Amino acid sequence: MSREITYAQAIQEALGQAMEADPAVFLMGEDIGVYGGAFQVTGDLVHRFGEDRVMDAPISELGQAGVAVGAALAGCKPVLEFQFSDFATLAMEQIVNQAAKLRFMLGGKVNVPLVMRFPAGSGTGAAAQHSQSLDAWLAHVPGLKVIQPSTPYDMKGMLLAAIDDPDPVMVFEHKLLYKTKGEVPEEAYRVPIGKAHVAREGSDVTIVATSIMVHKSLEAAETLAAEGIDVEVIDLRTLRPMDTATIIESVKKTTRLACVYEGVKTLGIGAEISARIAESEAFDYLDAPILRLGGAESPIPYNPVLEKAAVPQVQGIVEGLRNLVTGRT
Amino acid sequence: MSALRAVKANARPFFQRHSAGELKEALRKMYLIRRFEEGAEEAYMRGLIHGTMHLSIGQEASAVGSTMALRNTDYITSTHRGHGHCIGKGADPKLMFAEFFGKEEGYCRGRGGSMHIADVATGNLGANGIVGGGLPIAVGAALAIKKQKRDDVAMCFFGDGASNEGAFHEALNMAAVWKLPVIFVCENNKYGMSVSTERSMAVANVADRAPAYGMPGVIVDGNSVADVAEAIAAATERARKGEGPTLVECKTYRTRGHSRSDRNRYRTKEEIDEWKAKDPIPLFEAELIAHGLATEDEVTAIRISAETEITNGIEYARTGTDPDPNEVTRDVYSSGVNS
Ligand SMILES: Cc1ncc(C[n+]2csc(CCOP(=O)(O)OP(=O)(O)O)c2C)c(N)n1
Ligand SMILES: [Mg+2]
Repeated sequence: MSREITYAQAIQEALGQAMEADPAVFLMGEDIGVYGGAFQVTGDLVHRFGEDRVMDAPISELGQAGVAVGAALAGCKPVLEFQFSDFATLAMEQIVNQAAKLRFMLGGKVNVPLVMRFPAGSGTGAAAQHSQSLDAWLAHVPGLKVIQPSTPYDMKGMLLAAIDDPDPVMVFEHKLLYKTKGEVPEEAYRVPIGKAHVAREGSDVTIVATSIMVHKSLEAAETLAAEGIDVEVIDLRTLRPMDTATIIESVKKTTRLACVYEGVKTLGIGAEISARIAESEAFDYLDAPILRLGGAESPIPYNPVLEKAAVPQVQGIVEGLRNLVTGRT
Repeated sequence: MSALRAVKANARPFFQRHSAGELKEALRKMYLIRRFEEGAEEAYMRGLIHGTMHLSIGQEASAVGSTMALRNTDYITSTHRGHGHCIGKGADPKLMFAEFFGKEEGYCRGRGGSMHIADVATGNLGANGIVGGGLPIAVGAALAIKKQKRDDVAMCFFGDGASNEGAFHEALNMAAVWKLPVIFVCENNKYGMSVSTERSMAVANVADRAPAYGMPGVIVDGNSVADVAEAIAAATERARKGEGPTLVECKTYRTRGHSRSDRNRYRTKEEIDEWKAKDPIPLFEAELIAHGLATEDEVTAIRISAETEITNGIEYARTGTDPDPNEVTRDVYSSGVNS
């Protein structure tokens, strides 16, 4: 049975089903208990599973990340909620030096089956320290898997896959998606990590987008369709491991590529996608330079007009793609 | 007419030490903070400003009592709940409102908003969106003071919740080892967002942690301006003399929710009401009147003047200049170089 629920509800449902199925799974984070989470994602889970499995932790991000690593090493499956993805910066030591590397450093003798959830992105007026998109930072680290589901359906399925996964999985959740709705089956199911999804088929140009930019790209594609430009939109879904094959196939078909992402443009996910195409057989098929539309080379400003100007918007995507296809710059 | 003449002989040292003018200015600042936040809250509710904000209503005594001991060349580092510290240190509310409204006239030219207001001219190194972020920064400012052989101090505001961050422990240790002129002011309002201190620390007081780093930890009634100011005066004197840091823990309470999204599920209405009855502003007013330092009429005039200043400040901010959307990347670097 499937019904419409929100992205936030899809997360909550996945967490609840994972905890029902496996007593090793527990949640930890700041204000995830009676408060229900800063974005009401954990909601009433504390009433269903108790404070031992929905644990409010002190404001100690580095400590919490380390506790998750230790618990994972010793047989638990922790799911850690960061209140904002920005606070990953406080926990980088445990995420990057410990969680990502322990399996490798110990010669494959251990697993670190943890999940960290990161509410990310701009658009809420929360300014520079509460609006970042740091997904590419973590995707740079071998040993971590990084996912960025864009729909309630993918969110539930990929989160359940993440909790099953024996490796550490970082989940980036765009805050503006929490209230968006979509069809989600009631029962538990898995959507594989590492597979991109063609969200819209088209023949003139390929957009590879992540997270909320998938929706903005789909909207832009509608406008462009009216002008006779047929856009294919690929929802990357997983940053690491990246599904290069799907992108290569698409570019060979459309002969044009644009990457749309909210993180800072320079040295971001678009650089990696572009390089993979440049290194692949799809390079010879390109009829135009690759276009990257990413976040501005600045922190996220508070003022709402500046805040919008700092990340790609539908209008900018339409203009960029139109120029790409018609050969104007 | 000497203000001191009128002070009752039994009044505590705080009231003897400060002139009536200084004390009335303190009351005025408390009113400015209260009305500033009520004004900001109302503007938010009317959809005039976006984002979120953290109100310190109920905590004005610690902000004003602490900053009274400071001069312009002293520094403060503040928190996400920092409007009070900012006004206490001497910021102009109309420029704070301009920041709230995202205008060029604002303290951060509209780039920072409520959580990042700074006023470098008055030694305010800024509010901080990162819990605990200001703690080591205050230690660094104090290190600079020491290197430059100044007798200034750095005052570091932080919450009970922040004392569970690693940065707190690292900052206290360095300040103590290097005997730096820091006053750590913990505003313990019983909660870090929804989590009570009972659920987040195994000691009863944040001040209990200070001796572990070799510095005094003092506990005061954070709703009493006099109590706060006396402890801070002693800590500041100690710091100026080069004797090292002190931690002062102000026991207080925020009567509003943590931020705009708080549904107050983690505390009772009775608890909130109990603290509302300990509102620091009427308490301080009553003390000033009882000690003959202000009359009822003067108190009313102070309140009205603060209200007028706030109303004018909002008007000033509303009609300010919007930033140019083409200037997103300005001020990222000093040279203008980018990407
Ligand atoms: C590093 C970090 N973690 C979490 C948060 C989210 N957050 C903002 S304020 C706050 C509570 C802080 O509690 P406390 O230090 O007691 O200050 P109070 O809000 O009570 O004034 C939390 C969890 C944050 N901004 N930064
Ligand atoms: Mg607190």
